[in-house]
Amino acid sequence: MSDLLSIVSRIVAFAVLLAVPAAALAADNEQPTASFRHDVRPILSNHCFACHGPDEAHREADLRLDVASDVDLQEIVDRITSDDPDVIMPPPDLNKPLKKDQVQVLTEWIDAGAAYQQHWAFVPVDDPSIPNVKSKTWSNQPIDQFVLSRLENLQLQPSSRADKRTLIRRLSLDLTGLPPTRESIHEFLNDESDKAYEHLVDRLLSQAAYGEHMARYWLDLVRFADTNGLHHDHYREMTPYRDWVIRSFNDNVPFDQFITDQLAGDLHIDPTNDQLIASGFNRLHLIIDRGTALPEESAFRNVVDRVAAVGTAFMGLTMQCAVCHDHKYDPITQRDFYQLSAFFNNFDGQPETGSRGTVEFKRGLQPPYLELPSEQQATQLKKLTADLAKLAPKVKAMQKRQVAAKKGFEKLGPAPEPKDDSVDGVLEDVSRTIAQQTLKSLNAAVKRLLQTQRQMQQRRDKLLLEIPATLVMKERADVRPTHIMIRGAYDQPGEEVQRDTPAFLPPMTSDSPQKTRMDLAHWFTSSQNPLTARVTVNRIWQRFFGVGLVRTSEDFGSQGESPSHPKLLDYLAMHFTQSGWNVKNLVRSIVLSETYRQTSHAQPKSFVDDPQNRLLARGSRFRLDAEVVRDQLLSVSGLLHSELYGKSVKPPQPAGLWKIVAMPSSFPSQFKPDSGQDIYRRSVYTFWKRGLPPPQMTVFDAPTRESCIARRERTNTPLQALLLMNEGQHFAAARHFAAQLLSDTTKSGTQQSGTQQSDTQRIVDAYESVTARLPTDQQTKILLGAVNQFRQVYQNDPELTEQMMPSDKQATDDGAEDEKVELAAWTMLVHSLLNLDTTKTRE
Amino acid sequence: MNSIEQMNQLQGRRQFLRDSAMGLGSAALASVVGSRHASAASVSEGLHFPAKAKRVIFLFMAGAPSQIDLFDYKPDLHKQFKKPLPPSVSMGQRVTAMTKGKEQIVAPSMFKFAQAGSNGLYMSELLPHLSGVVDDLCIVKSLHTDAINHDPGKTLICTGSEIPGKASLGSWLSYGLGRMNENLPDFIVLNSAYWSGDQANIQALYSRLWGSGFLPSKHQGVQFQPSGDPVLFLSNPAGVNQRSRRGMLDLVKSLNQEHLSEVGDPEIQTTIAQQEMAFRMQTSVPELTDLSQETAETLAMYGPEVEKSGSFARNCLLARRMVQRDVRFVQLFHRGWDHHRGLPDKLRGQTKDVDQPAAALIKDLKRNGLLDDTLVVFAGEFGRTAYCQGKLTHTDYGRDHHPRCFSMWMAGGGMKGGIEYGKTDEFSYNIAENPVHVRDLNATILHQLGVDHNRLSFPFLGLDQKLTGVEEAHVVKQILA
Repeated sequence: MSDLLSIVSRIVAFAVLLAVPAAALAADNEQPTASFRHDVRPILSNHCFACHGPDEAHREADLRLDVASDVDLQEIVDRITSDDPDVIMPPPDLNKPLKKDQVQVLTEWIDAGAAYQQHWAFVPVDDPSIPNVKSKTWSNQPIDQFVLSRLENLQLQPSSRADKRTLIRRLSLDLTGLPPTRESIHEFLNDESDKAYEHLVDRLLSQAAYGEHMARYWLDLVRFADTNGLHHDHYREMTPYRDWVIRSFNDNVPFDQFITDQLAGDLHIDPTNDQLIASGFNRLHLIIDRGTALPEESAFRNVVDRVAAVGTAFMGLTMQCAVCHDHKYDPITQRDFYQLSAFFNNFDGQPETGSRGTVEFKRGLQPPYLELPSEQQATQLKKLTADLAKLAPKVKAMQKRQVAAKKGFEKLGPAPEPKDDSVDGVLEDVSRTIAQQTLKSLNAAVKRLLQTQRQMQQRRDKLLLEIPATLVMKERADVRPTHIMIRGAYDQPGEEVQRDTPAFLPPMTSDSPQKTRMDLAHWFTSSQNPLTARVTVNRIWQRFFGVGLVRTSEDFGSQGESPSHPKLLDYLAMHFTQSGWNVKNLVRSIVLSETYRQTSHAQPKSFVDDPQNRLLARGSRFRLDAEVVRDQLLSVSGLLHSELYGKSVKPPQPAGLWKIVAMPSSFPSQFKPDSGQDIYRRSVYTFWKRGLPPPQMTVFDAPTRESCIARRERTNTPLQALLLMNEGQHFAAARHFAAQLLSDTTKSGTQQSGTQQSDTQRIVDAYESVTARLPTDQQTKILLGAVNQFRQVYQNDPELTEQMMPSDKQATDDGAEDEKVELAAWTMLVHSLLNLDTTKTRE
Repeated sequence: MNSIEQMNQLQGRRQFLRDSAMGLGSAALASVVGSRHASAASVSEGLHFPAKAKRVIFLFMAGAPSQIDLFDYKPDLHKQFKKPLPPSVSMGQRVTAMTKGKEQIVAPSMFKFAQAGSNGLYMSELLPHLSGVVDDLCIVKSLHTDAINHDPGKTLICTGSEIPGKASLGSWLSYGLGRMNENLPDFIVLNSAYWSGDQANIQALYSRLWGSGFLPSKHQGVQFQPSGDPVLFLSNPAGVNQRSRRGMLDLVKSLNQEHLSEVGDPEIQTTIAQQEMAFRMQTSVPELTDLSQETAETLAMYGPEVEKSGSFARNCLLARRMVQRDVRFVQLFHRGWDHHRGLPDKLRGQTKDVDQPAAALIKDLKRNGLLDDTLVVFAGEFGRTAYCQGKLTHTDYGRDHHPRCFSMWMAGGGMKGGIEYGKTDEFSYNIAENPVHVRDLNATILHQLGVDHNRLSFPFLGLDQKLTGVEEAHVVKQILA
């Protein structure tokens, strides 16, 4: 056993050694010596700040290490190098011991005078000079110079350019989330001009699919979904917001405007519909339904959720950590949090959803919201509303007359028995008859009017259900006071605070006595703000390399990782704002770089040394997002229905999933799949129930959209393998594709010239459609062998073949037997191609 | 330890090193000890200290069962019938929006309690079968939580936080300890709501309750379905049999391998391995859910509901079959305990669902030698009030949510049996002795698996995230055997 232990400890030691180059990856190698910002501060933050950091209430020994202060430096050295468990820092029960090399970094820093610098992300964006590189042949683009400089420091070289087929698939998937068609591949291959690649980029950037694809990352970030996410998890309607995000990317709306309209679109003078729709950003939080939590608790929770979203989306900071106490690692005080929250604490609406059974509820709406009828719908609605308004008083008046008539009739009493034939008796009887007749006709009139009214209301409700609408933000007239909530408890208000931005960031300039969300938006998008542009370009970069220059794209604070290329990050941020926050421009410069165009093929060692490709010495290779996996399938099989915008759709999913989680009174409580073309729309339009999102998405790491997510994990699991093998749409698509493949070849008449010939052609066609590449001779040979094997399986098992046939081909006459075997065999072949690692991977 | 086991262990560790080098297991270095390929022997050594339990079955009673009517016997409460709850007891503490501002009138339990087991613990007449195994139960009467509503309450007990986005208990175990069975998921979720079915007030669940939060999604719970494929997308499509599936996978494998040699990315190797595991699951899962080999006597033990797919009884039997195959964590969610009105009737129904199968599970685990290292946990998200909600008669009443004290039990997995721990006041309203926070419960469960709750962490959003959160949590040492 002791032998084993020693082996294990050696292996552990080896693991630590392995970790060293990993740490070096994140360090700023543009600077040769260890820097406070990128080497020292992360250690202090992770190991010391919890007790000796910004949080005043929990500061031990009155010692703080997050800023320069009067400290006994020798004492620190003594404590971190001690063997005595009572003396050593960090204390053993913190479970965060310093490693040897970390102690060394700290000691060297102290020996050199313990100079402090502010955390890198909180200092203004620099306009760095472009580094001088030794190799002049690779590229003269600024992005490449920054990357190459780092590689040259490490004595590494960039990889060669990827081939054109790889590049067009990579670009198409990265820019539009869809694979290239065979036509576009050939067009690109045949374009031998110098500008071929550039033109391809421009073609892709101008496709509507670009906006759909770019929107997805924003929708994760702001947790867009189709249900409320709490308690009953009822339906909510905000799809116009989703469509606005798509349009904004396609129209290349300047990103500062994109941010401003979301934060404060409702505060423009005379806001446009788009600006109001955008302000719905403030309504995307989870919301509970009335009757369980206390309204004041829910209101507080909603505000915290709004501020957390602002923190993640625009600041890359965990603002919500300061709800209960000063932040442990970042200089965000509890006061900072509540001052910022004061901007979002003045919502003019209910904090919980309610009014079940109303049309509004069925539409997933809760005031304030914006109606977005088409012209025709508006006319219809106007007419119906006017008619109903006209009808209402008439109904009331008629009912009044009816009541009076009833009373009059009742007053006369029943006719006497036997009949009274006296004059008085006759007169009374006549009156009675008239009263009865009057009542009868009034009854009929009221009935008819009510019926008409009901019909009109039903027509109006039906129309309303069809009219698009979306939740928007609205400010109360008188500002609700905001307090610091003691320990973050909704019922423990402390000192009152005024709207302001965090003290450690540049101050907000505003002339208005009461600062508004509009002022806040301007503060976020001012050139003084160190975070907004950095956080934004990093997230966009992440889309094209699988990982950001700052890996922790959700956290730019003290505990986040340092950027791999800090100067490149600043360069991109600076030029992004200078270009007028031009997103397409930024994207274009990224994908035109040689860094982006490198091949992702490399020696296995390269993958082991730099698994996430932080050094950018090769092209990135990573699994496609859940949505792209599905959209690619629909696209290559010819099933994709590329309609833009509109209400969310429900492609089929296994039965009973919602039933397991929903309450019988949840709305909706049962999943009803859509039919027709709707089930083949892009995944960005798929209905997202937060309580149980579509498994086709979550199995491939899509988030639940319950909290703001800046970065998805990428896992590789057997459940994913099962999904690709057996999910209904996946297999149906393979069969659809195979059927097309067979009919295409039949049409071109090649079937006559021998099976072998057409088999090869079909294999090439299918392989190219799915992977954008041509099969090698060896691959073709393997695939030909496989087709014949599948043929055999299905020839020998007619029952199995029959089972695979689509319903319209089942139980047809015997003459079609061969055709069925062909369809089955080719379905299996296409199905195999769709399950390749390369198919689900962007290479 | 023989040399083959040593080899296996080493190989497991090498695998881990490869993973960490590939950036897959940015897991705490602590995970070295319990890598995902570790043999069962090494797992029993625990991650931070020796483990008493290797597996957990968590019977989650969603909706919050009434402790006063099931476990927390208050013989003198009948004297308080229809009297107001003394303010000295309620102390102006927060109540839900449903009973806010309303009178708090005491509703004693209408059910009889009797002593059971060698220590004479009081159990409700609604739990005759569990009374029979009470010598195996460790009943905690002083559990308390922060949340007063279902959604945050369930999210807190299952993920350690009221706010969505954190990792669930099972996913922490999957992350920290890894799998013991190569052919089945290591965290399985089974749902049921039988008696109350579609009519009553069954509260919602959310996939986050078994989600992986910030942990890689491969650690999330895999929901078994009561109908159709037990695991989503398990069955081959119509027209594909084992033979054509195998042919397809062989083809895919050879093309993937060729691609691997060309590209060099070891991730392709992982894809090949996961496709093979998917193929094995196509056999191992149906074998797991096939009850034809269970004896009539075993089936009878779980009661007649065991015949119905999706019943709590069926799920209990499946849970035994799962831990028998070394599935690490099985969580059953049984809904329908939210008894604001008409509690006696509904509670009879719920306990009829649960009592016999839960007791059978304990007996069945015991006779198979599994109870010693399998921890069974039975708990809801909070308790219910001593005061009445809705109509109050001697035989009809309802109870609102009550976070300040509730009862739960554990069995096996190194827990003392036949004991109760913690006391509440005479109204079962406040804790009188030995409070156990939900955090403490989670810390204790981790402890039994050999995990120190302070040391199992994952960096996310600037914090070393832990199941027990940022506040202190304590292992309840007094209840450990």
